[in-house]
Amino acid sequence: MTMTSELVAQHGLTADEYQRIVEALGREPTLTELGIFSVMWSEHCSYKSSRVHLKTLPTTGTRVLQGPGENAGAVDIGDGLAAVFKIESHNHPSFIEPYQGAATGVGGIIRDIFTMGARPIALLNSLRFGSLEEPLVRRTMGGVVAGIAGYGNSIGIPTVGGEIGFDESYTGNPLVNVFCLGTSKASEIIKAVASGAGNPVYYVGAKTGRDGIHGATMASAEFDDKSAEKRPAVQVGDPFMEKLLLEACLEVMRTDALVGIQDMGAAGLTSSSCEMASRGGAGVEIDVSFVPQRESGMTPYEIMLSESQERMLLVAKRGREAEVERIFEKWDLHAVRIGEVTTDGRLRVRNRGEVVADIPSKALTDDAPRYSRPTAEPAYLKDAQQLDLASLGRPPATRAVFRQLLAAPEIASKRWVYRQYDHMVRTNTLVLPGMGAGVVRIKDTSRALALSVDCNGRFVYLDPFLGAQHAVAEAARNVACAGGQPIGATNCLNFGNPEKPDVMWQFVRAVEGMGVACRALDVPITGGNVSLYNETDGRPVLPTPVVGVVGLIEDARNVGRRTFQAGGDVVVLLGESRAELGGSEYLKIVHGLVRGVPPALDLTREAALQRLLVDGIAAGVIRSAHDCAEGGFAITLSECCFDTGLGATVDIAAVAAPAVSFGDVATLFGESASRVVVSVAPAAVSDLLARAAAAGVPAAQIGTVGGNRIRITIDGRVALDESVADAEAIWSGALERYFERTRAIA
Amino acid sequence: MKFAVVVFPGSNCDHDAHYATEHVLGQQAELIWHKDTSLRGADAVILPGGFAHGDYLRTGAIARFSPIMQEVKRFADAGGPVLGICNGFQVLLEAGMLPGAMLRNANLHFHCEHVYVKVEQTDTPFTRACSTVRPLRIPVAHGEGNYYAEPDALERIEKNRQVIFRYVDAAGQATPAANPNGSLNNIAGICNDGRNVIGLMPHPERACELAVGSADGLVLFESAVKAVSEGAFAISR
Repeated sequence: MTMTSELVAQHGLTADEYQRIVEALGREPTLTELGIFSVMWSEHCSYKSSRVHLKTLPTTGTRVLQGPGENAGAVDIGDGLAAVFKIESHNHPSFIEPYQGAATGVGGIIRDIFTMGARPIALLNSLRFGSLEEPLVRRTMGGVVAGIAGYGNSIGIPTVGGEIGFDESYTGNPLVNVFCLGTSKASEIIKAVASGAGNPVYYVGAKTGRDGIHGATMASAEFDDKSAEKRPAVQVGDPFMEKLLLEACLEVMRTDALVGIQDMGAAGLTSSSCEMASRGGAGVEIDVSFVPQRESGMTPYEIMLSESQERMLLVAKRGREAEVERIFEKWDLHAVRIGEVTTDGRLRVRNRGEVVADIPSKALTDDAPRYSRPTAEPAYLKDAQQLDLASLGRPPATRAVFRQLLAAPEIASKRWVYRQYDHMVRTNTLVLPGMGAGVVRIKDTSRALALSVDCNGRFVYLDPFLGAQHAVAEAARNVACAGGQPIGATNCLNFGNPEKPDVMWQFVRAVEGMGVACRALDVPITGGNVSLYNETDGRPVLPTPVVGVVGLIEDARNVGRRTFQAGGDVVVLLGESRAELGGSEYLKIVHGLVRGVPPALDLTREAALQRLLVDGIAAGVIRSAHDCAEGGFAITLSECCFDTGLGATVDIAAVAAPAVSFGDVATLFGESASRVVVSVAPAAVSDLLARAAAAGVPAAQIGTVGGNRIRITIDGRVALDESVADAEAIWSGALERYFERTRAIA
Repeated sequence: MKFAVVVFPGSNCDHDAHYATEHVLGQQAELIWHKDTSLRGADAVILPGGFAHGDYLRTGAIARFSPIMQEVKRFADAGGPVLGICNGFQVLLEAGMLPGAMLRNANLHFHCEHVYVKVEQTDTPFTRACSTVRPLRIPVAHGEGNYYAEPDALERIEKNRQVIFRYVDAAGQATPAANPNGSLNNIAGICNDGRNVIGLMPHPERACELAVGSADGLVLFESAVKAVSEGAFAISR
């Protein structure tokens, strides 16, 4: 077969890249080889645009057991145990087919975790959609939520938290990022390596079909109106098969008959075989005719590129084959020997003996192209950072704004969503979902883990460097509010087309900001995922570098709570409030604006605040803690009251606003960072204030818990006075109403 | 006493039931693989939640063909206490060991939340230590828990006092708003004619410690211990 430039282009490869293939092979590639190169050198698998920048992130630390490069990262959580975790995107498939796209995203990240020898114990997700006013968006979101539920609930891993954001830029390109965490003995983490010449290579799990061929390439291209035609590239998930694989693999791992294992995720058999070989410094030879196939007449090209779900590739020790096969038989799975490990460092693929691909593994992995793509500050930026409050006229009445914000999908209760997720299975969930961090205990120890995923895409859009710092700071702050010491992080970087210099600029600045914040807060990034080309018809999504943070709670009996615990407790506001409305939910919801500069962030003070929270909760001084985020102080205080019926009466100081008429708005709804509303018993107030002073964290005693109203005065003047029940009714029903409306129409 | 917790491929609350009975309650508990043919001398059997055999065909439909189910039937026929939780309840329905059937939840969504259930009868091995006054706060987590029975069957179930658990509000009233899935008569759990086989959709094993939100479910397992120690529902071996 002759290679034409058209065929090369169809595989998403440039002419330059094709030349590199010819050089690596010393000859023209076969069609199968071209397919293999195209998926391995796709953005999705090779990180070719991002890798040089990701290298700048901090990835080591005293607790890091496994940094980037394996299926997932791992940190030491004491008691000889490791927390194994990662976040991954399934954005593109979830737009094309929301249910299966999201479901297989969950399946993929779960495999990444148990492949490391860890039993998955918690899932979180970070989702972005367009405006819920659009029926298409409601359908997409409904499908994504049902897909996450359908897979996670079935397999029996609780979804304990997450976050959802809304912006028009996500209308044709939702973001579906799924985080999974598992635990294992620190000494028993399994690597995805192939080594030991002559060791057998096994295929186990679902049969290979034609689904998902070129999924990795699809995830590396922008969407246009032809995208609907790509539906066959979305895979179909089978959580039952995955549950069997999970249990069987963990059982095999308890023997020492295993050398290495990797799931067949993006780029399927191709990536799993060459990546394992490359990591082990070995080669792998397989014969595709032994691969169990669901359809007849599949070519080696199709078998190598299929992304059928729930498949694993593993290398066993020679002589231990029977042991491995017996365990899979118990679970009604068939481990099929498809090849063996070699010493020549090549991925050699045969079809009934005939060689159809013969490639140095390193050419597909370590030696894949890397680009330092050109960057340019986006044209929108200078203007978007200008915010003239005076030009907005007089702000609406405080109460109207408050109610409008409570009903905004971004702020409103996500109960309609998390009620569809099984969040209690495995009986470890110490804090039910709702907001902030999810908390799971580690059975047989005294510890628990607090988990949070976060990113404010508006902040990143308005200042990628600062916005990414906020993403790290807020995810870590959420964990600290639950009493968890942040010990490790994972990231999922969702951006537009990196070939556009302004998008690449956003990416580079965000990675720089993330590195700065991770260093300042001492949370190394142990792995993650990059999702580029999130665009529809040339319009990129808000740059959304989602950060997942794992926090360690030393004593599971001392978990920080979001809500006020008792009437008579004293409310203290930690942190400093300034007139900061740039990028706020207020501007977006009330004025339809994404403008201004994001709130300032002092990372030294943020670190001090988080230490204060962790120590204060562990000491039993702080009875509840909830950080100020979207909607500012007024919304945060209200959220402390919801689910309890307890009200609060507080008096806060006015902030000096540039436009005088916006004073109350900025005081109540400004989103100054590093602020937390905490409650303490009256007798503990002086203790908390002393701790705050010692930490250099501003702290103000602002009022008391009690009554059934949310009453906020500013310098003694009533600024907001609302019944908890009324506010909670608006907040708790807002999201549900969008979907009830959908059903009424249907 | 000893609980047997049956593990079907796809069971996912098996470890939770084992943990509740062994670790929290302090009794013996053993996981029994579905291909086994012996309950190994257990005094009570739990069919746990999950999605046995992938819930293919219908929820619980294939599990009844698992080899262990012959033994579970024999155990039940001999008067032994059997508790089916969630998917375990669905398996018992499909196996014909309990009357009625499950439909998808009325709102078609999976539903996970704490609900209140009232214990209506205490003459079963899993409710012997319960109060019929104070409702239990226990989570549900299912997509198909909408209990259905033909009108005459429903009448018979009610008349024979086979409704053991009913969804209620915090005040104990069986209102439509308290019904999470559309079940007929707010039915959350029932027993067989012999009153030794019980199925319920809520998850008592998830409500055995205050740390995880409620300890109200523990009394079901304590009831079994009480029943066995008092010699009630002892199987005739």
